[in-house]
Amino acid sequence: MTTPTEAIDEVVPATRDVVLDLHRRMVRIRRFEESSGKLVETGEIPGFLHLYVGQEAVASGVGAVLTDDDQITSTHRGHGHAIAKGAELRPMFAELYAKTTGYCKGRGGSMHIVDMSRGMLGANAIVGGGIPIAVGAAFASQYRGDGGVAVSFFGDGATNIGAFHESANMAAVWDLPIVFVVENNGYAEFTSQERHMRLVDIAERAASYGMPGVIVDGMDALAVREAALEAVERARRGEGPTLIEAKTYRFFDHQGIKGMRIPYRDPAEVEAWKSRDAIRLIETIGIERGLVSAEEFEGIWAEVEAEINDGIEFARNSPDPDPADILDDVYTV
Amino acid sequence: MTTRELTYVKAFNEGMHQIMAEDPDVFLIGEDVAGYGGVFHMFDGLLAEFGERRVKDTPIAEQAIIGLGVGAAARGLRPVCDLMFMDFVGVAMDQIFNQAAKMKYMFGGAVSVPLTITTAGGAGMSAAAQHSQSLEAWLAHVPGLKVAMPASPYDAKGLIVGAIRDDNPTIVVLNKKMLGVKGEVPEELYAIPFGQANVVTEGDDVTVVAIGRMVVEARKAAEALDKQGVSVELIDPRSVQPLDTETIVASVKKTNRVLIVHEAVEFGGIGAEISSQIQEQAFDYLDAPVARLAAPFAPVPYAPVLENAYVPDAARIEAAVRRLLERR
Ligand SMILES: Cc1ncc(C[n+]2csc(CCOP(=O)(O)OP(=O)(O)O)c2C)c(N)n1
Ligand SMILES: [Mg+2]
Repeated sequence: MTTPTEAIDEVVPATRDVVLDLHRRMVRIRRFEESSGKLVETGEIPGFLHLYVGQEAVASGVGAVLTDDDQITSTHRGHGHAIAKGAELRPMFAELYAKTTGYCKGRGGSMHIVDMSRGMLGANAIVGGGIPIAVGAAFASQYRGDGGVAVSFFGDGATNIGAFHESANMAAVWDLPIVFVVENNGYAEFTSQERHMRLVDIAERAASYGMPGVIVDGMDALAVREAALEAVERARRGEGPTLIEAKTYRFFDHQGIKGMRIPYRDPAEVEAWKSRDAIRLIETIGIERGLVSAEEFEGIWAEVEAEINDGIEFARNSPDPDPADILDDVYTV
Repeated sequence: MTTRELTYVKAFNEGMHQIMAEDPDVFLIGEDVAGYGGVFHMFDGLLAEFGERRVKDTPIAEQAIIGLGVGAAARGLRPVCDLMFMDFVGVAMDQIFNQAAKMKYMFGGAVSVPLTITTAGGAGMSAAAQHSQSLEAWLAHVPGLKVAMPASPYDAKGLIVGAIRDDNPTIVVLNKKMLGVKGEVPEELYAIPFGQANVVTEGDDVTVVAIGRMVVEARKAAEALDKQGVSVELIDPRSVQPLDTETIVASVKKTNRVLIVHEAVEFGGIGAEISSQIQEQAFDYLDAPVARLAAPFAPVPYAPVLENAYVPDAARIEAAVRRLLERR
């Protein structure tokens, strides 16, 4: 059983702008995920979805310190990463609805959202598949000297695959401008962390590649943002990679919203983590510190709701792909 | 022989239970195969029956999963290593084609590798490009490997047992869209050896060779054609390596026309090999060029409208047979 990290004693300083920015990123992710989860259940959206609800602070805290020129690679649980990197909800919904107006023209679906204009190099349905690609993106920045940084998001389970280890070592030995962000939600599908690795802190893996390993409370967006800022600045200075381990939790099942076929998680564990909900945490901080009022937070929820409805409406009214175009884009011509 | 109706996945599962009960050297490893019984329920109940020594969840580590199987098989055990989705063979490919496939020959016959790899392939679920592929031609191309693609509950049980009893590295590719397909399955343990085609329906006018789930679609097409007075001989090779060309060629010599159907892309697909074998062995019997129906040369698309156009179905098989018959 995993237990949530204790509420941080250390007070991460924050400005009003930072709190508002992180809050909006997280609420956009939360509402996108909850709505698309429902749409899959009702059969309006095909395929399967791996929802990011619970982990919003991680993508948001990291996304907040990146520019559109910085690159990220993502996973099967990638909607949050795309949104935190600035993706628009209209083409995201349209992609889930398999429409031509979607980010992949309906070709990729949930597990393959991409937005090159915002440095979102694509979600990935192969566990670990995105990690070496981020190393390549970081290499391109170093090669060109453009000051860009790459971030690769992946899960605890992905750190057991060879691609992670090969990538971490190569990035370290070449001082590549990359940040490895492992979102430790305690499970790889239905297998708990203690059943898939001996370590408790995945950050320890950094030492074997000669890079810093940092543990951060993945339910606290401010803390994630701080850690990400330091790692990103280090990478920009040419000092090489960092591995950030964010301790977090997914509130829904591995896939979809509905309950689990077998009870692989203790309900008490789920509740304990839910009580540390990242969005509620930042709202509490904002209000307690007098930075943002409760009404303002409510206003953000309302604005996001309008954006969600607009995105779904847009997706519903968009055209289906034409089977006559099925061979387009196999090659660059 | 008592039979009863079982689903494809239950039949497979029963085969696993019975062969593990029979042979204590058989063990199973893979991601979420134990506690969860596999994401497709393929391995339900095995942990409860055989315990953690023989049924193990692994970390996400496809290369090590297969490599462990190779090493354990070389020591005489009979590992079943699961790769969940067929697309993940990509991650484990070195162990599959440089190691498992070659050890027997490269070491001058010194070692056998009775490894079984299980996985699920096929499109039709909006699972997109990295979770929908049919890569049997890749695997069948490598000397030393054997590849089966069960197309019925009866075959799902018989082929997994045949694979595990085989002294070579075998890959059993279930089709994830067929999991709930029902059919008659004997209660007792039986094995279907690789390399024996199944003549699903006998006929005189045209031969259809179909692979994996396409057998189900071709059977529907054959029924429709039968009502129109066209008699189809439907052949399911069951394994694409080894391939039972004898049965296929004999059928073509009888019908003089043949259509090959698979859901993998047409270019370089197993249909190309079957077609070559036919023209080499039955050229003088052909009344029309060997026809193929398969996926276009593109990754599997997510959108249902595209995916439906991508994967052959009964209607398109029927149309292809009609075109073949019109050809003089
Ligand atoms: C190479 C590969 N192996 C297995 C899978 C099936 N799979 C999808 S998600 C997943 C678990 C991933 O766990 P983790 O990395 O912790 O990410 P999380 O789902 O917890 O976000 C597995 C095994 C896959 N997609 N790719
Ligand atoms: Mg995880």
